[in-house]
Amino acid sequence: MDLYDILFWVLSVLAVSCALGVILSRNPVNSVMFLIMTFFAISGHYVLMNAQFLAIVNVIVYAGAIMVLFLFVIMLMNLNADVEPQKGHLVQLAGVVAGGMLFLVVLTAIKTVRPLALEKTSTDIGLISNLGKVLFTKYVLPFEISSVLFLSAIIGAVVLSMKEHINGLQKEELNQSTN
Amino acid sequence: MPVTSTHYLFLSILLFSIGVMGTLMRRNAIIIFMCIELMLNSVNLLLVAFSKFFGDADAQIFVFFIMVVAAAEVAVGLAIIVMMYRKVHSVDINILNRLKH
Repeated sequence: MDLYDILFWVLSVLAVSCALGVILSRNPVNSVMFLIMTFFAISGHYVLMNAQFLAIVNVIVYAGAIMVLFLFVIMLMNLNADVEPQKGHLVQLAGVVAGGMLFLVVLTAIKTVRPLALEKTSTDIGLISNLGKVLFTKYVLPFEISSVLFLSAIIGAVVLSMKEHINGLQKEELNQSTN
Repeated sequence: MPVTSTHYLFLSILLFSIGVMGTLMRRNAIIIFMCIELMLNSVNLLLVAFSKFFGDADAQIFVFFIMVVAAAEVAVGLAIIVMMYRKVHSVDINILNRLKH
């Protein structure tokens, strides 16, 4: 039981308990906070596995950008008062049983897999120079296509949120002209 | 007991199952969205773990692309949720499942 194992267990318990907090807390803002804690624990796992670049990107993109977006939407809708109607207990129980069955089925499927021993020496495959070389030689085409994906996502988000606004403006103008 | 690949598989499947449970249990569309993010992250964790076990950088590039797709998905998905909220003033999926207002 060296430092690596202790850190693995601490981070795993943190990640799983915070993930349970996401689905069990009634207040959506608390759920977001628990999810941010889960992401930090997963980033800790990345650091432990010598994927430093992905750890930083995980913190910046997930905990920094995506979860702030979630928080903004929740505050915009004023959902922090816990008024959310709950599903019936039977449906909730069915959800837990279905998730547990999925867990058990996959667990029995991997039970016979021969475990690989972990090399605890540090490697440099997760460093940004090495990842950049792979990304810009072997995977340069998917990288360029993902920029098109981002462009379409930006345009889609703007179009989806603008449409109502433009209609509202036109209605206001119509009302003003008829008045 | 030293950490092996089975530990990472176990942790990843546990996080994924919690995400599935949350998706099936809750009625708030935003919480369901967050559970989907949780499932994506559990898969990312497993990819990074096997990249470490096999000493291959390709899996980490895959994680990078999953993050890209997740960011784009969240932007469009939250825009749809905000649009639906403007129309029906609720994010309850039992109201949203009629697909009209």
